[in-house]
Amino acid sequence: MMTNGGGLPLRIVHLYPEQMNIYGDTGNVLTMVRRAQWHGYDPEVVVHHPGAPFPDNVDLLVGGGGQDSGQGLVAADLRALGDHIHDLADAGVAMLMVCGLYQLFGQFFETVTGERMDGIGIFDVATYGGPKRLVGNVRSHTQFGEIFGYENHSGLTMLGEGQRPFGEIEMGSGNNGRDRTEGAIYKNVYGTYLHGSVLPKNPRFADALLETAAVRRHGTFTRAPIDDQLAERARSRARQLGV
Amino acid sequence: MGDVLSHRSAARIGLLVRRVAQLRGSGTALPGLVVERLDPGFLAAALADLPEGVVVITGTNGKTTTTKMVVELLRASGLKVFSNRSGSNFTRGIIAGMLGELDGRARLNADIAVLELDEAHAIQFVREAPPRYSLLLNITRDQLDRFGEVDYTARLLEKVALATTAGVALNRDDPLVRRIADALPAAVECRYFGSGGSVKHLFPDDRHLYGTRPDLSPEKDSPGHAADVILSELSGKSATYSFGDEAQPAIELGMDGVHNALNGAAALSVVRMVLGDMAASDVLLAALGLVGPAFGRGESIDVDGSPLEIVLVKNPSGFRLALRSYAESDAATMIAINDRYADGRDTSWLWDVDFEGLSNVEVVSGTRADDMALRLHYDNIEVAHVEDSLSVALDRLLVIEGPKRIYCTYTAMMAIRGILASRFNLAGIQ
Repeated sequence: MMTNGGGLPLRIVHLYPEQMNIYGDTGNVLTMVRRAQWHGYDPEVVVHHPGAPFPDNVDLLVGGGGQDSGQGLVAADLRALGDHIHDLADAGVAMLMVCGLYQLFGQFFETVTGERMDGIGIFDVATYGGPKRLVGNVRSHTQFGEIFGYENHSGLTMLGEGQRPFGEIEMGSGNNGRDRTEGAIYKNVYGTYLHGSVLPKNPRFADALLETAAVRRHGTFTRAPIDDQLAERARSRARQLGV
Repeated sequence: MGDVLSHRSAARIGLLVRRVAQLRGSGTALPGLVVERLDPGFLAAALADLPEGVVVITGTNGKTTTTKMVVELLRASGLKVFSNRSGSNFTRGIIAGMLGELDGRARLNADIAVLELDEAHAIQFVREAPPRYSLLLNITRDQLDRFGEVDYTARLLEKVALATTAGVALNRDDPLVRRIADALPAAVECRYFGSGGSVKHLFPDDRHLYGTRPDLSPEKDSPGHAADVILSELSGKSATYSFGDEAQPAIELGMDGVHNALNGAAALSVVRMVLGDMAASDVLLAALGLVGPAFGRGESIDVDGSPLEIVLVKNPSGFRLALRSYAESDAATMIAINDRYADGRDTSWLWDVDFEGLSNVEVVSGTRADDMALRLHYDNIEVAHVEDSLSVALDRLLVIEGPKRIYCTYTAMMAIRGILASRFNLAGIQ
């Protein structure tokens, strides 16, 4: 799709871009592409639609949040791919799942009326439809330092025993508004409620995903200096925001 | 309450409140709120006997401009038209606007009311006063923190259509809007407007953005959806519309932009339905050509001899269309993004706008200037200045010679207009 020639290839697979795209999720894919290019790689974006054969040689898998109507179609396709995605996750493939797909990477989503939609269980988390939407700016502390974003979800996600959260909430609601956890991690798979989009404003996290992808594919990750002044400005601005 | 006397007393009290509110310089919707509280049946009663009924216009983008067009087309056809002012979307705002236009029996003194309603308020309104006609423009992502999801918005619009008693005009190019026809009873007339011919490709909807999807051409995708009004050609401001299969003479529109030309098709479609046999094509087209941009919707202000355009952007599809519309006329550009409630507090949507090809960005500003600058950085676009203060940012822009353009969110637009109005004695500012 896009190339700047000469660099080592990286293949980014964008999950269900037609159904799961409502919170700037393409911004995460764009950030992966640009930063890969700036580091001297030659990224390629492949999209996966429901019912289509799943791409091979995946280096990085990115997915987002969507509408209720898209969810059923996506969940069915995802369940059909479940074993394969488990294999990829166990093999250390880097993945970022935001909002709706974070929920579907968990055990299940149960609506307020008790209907249950099964996920693929990469994360040991369960999500329950809540009475109100959790909306606002979020600051979370993670292994990549402070992460800034915006949340907008009605699902309350509970972590199973032993399930690591992605971060600890410093401001905002996170998984459920109660236990101060945000998101979940399994190996190199990250689930989070943060959009904003999350990656542009959190370059350390973005580069960590790229590093995982590059090391798996090519054995090493060569970093080029990137001018992140604007990201730093946006971060310090975000630090001053209220919920 | 509920009889004529009480409607009249409520109206009198409303007028009194309005006088007091004007003296104190306070809110324009307050008198409407008071009337609504005193007399919950006021709105329905005031609108009940309009000879040509009520037209409701709703959808995500283009409501204000399209409403202005519909009003002008109906006036040119000889009707006395009541309309709400932009921003008075609540029922209380509509009532406040009516107070000076009532007859002795507290009935609206007009032939027809044309009301712009945002999706959520439209539901409340149609429950109280079912419209005779409705015009449904489009459904795209807008202010997700208010509406949650596009599907939800689609359901809201469907409810408006279902409450409509005589006829609904639908955007054939928007699958979510087109689909609403399936829910309508046969007794309600359904008309479509859309784009065709060389214009078709200019309208991406949200779904066309992602991945590969076959083009939804109207012929293939919508048999049985023959459109009443088609925008078939557009070159600059010169637009050609077809009514049924009949191409009309090209007209010169009063404003730029492919989206505005499509709003013209929408307006023509609902007006032709309202007027029926009384519709005179030449009168309607001539009137359409005279409609200028609505408040803050691509209006142009003269600043020291060169044009300054103010373009409201509030969601990804609107911003994309605006960038596309103005792509060919270069101007020093300012982008002002605020994140207050009326703007939408989540700035994620900026990442769904493709800025590639934009050049000459002099300054980005607003409460989320930094996010906007970062967004442009990821499209490899240079920004000369990042300046939080709108006033300082305007200084940066105004010293540039030649044409200038500001893309801004709603509250940024209001602030910018205020600053411009106080600095210059601008006749162009309403």
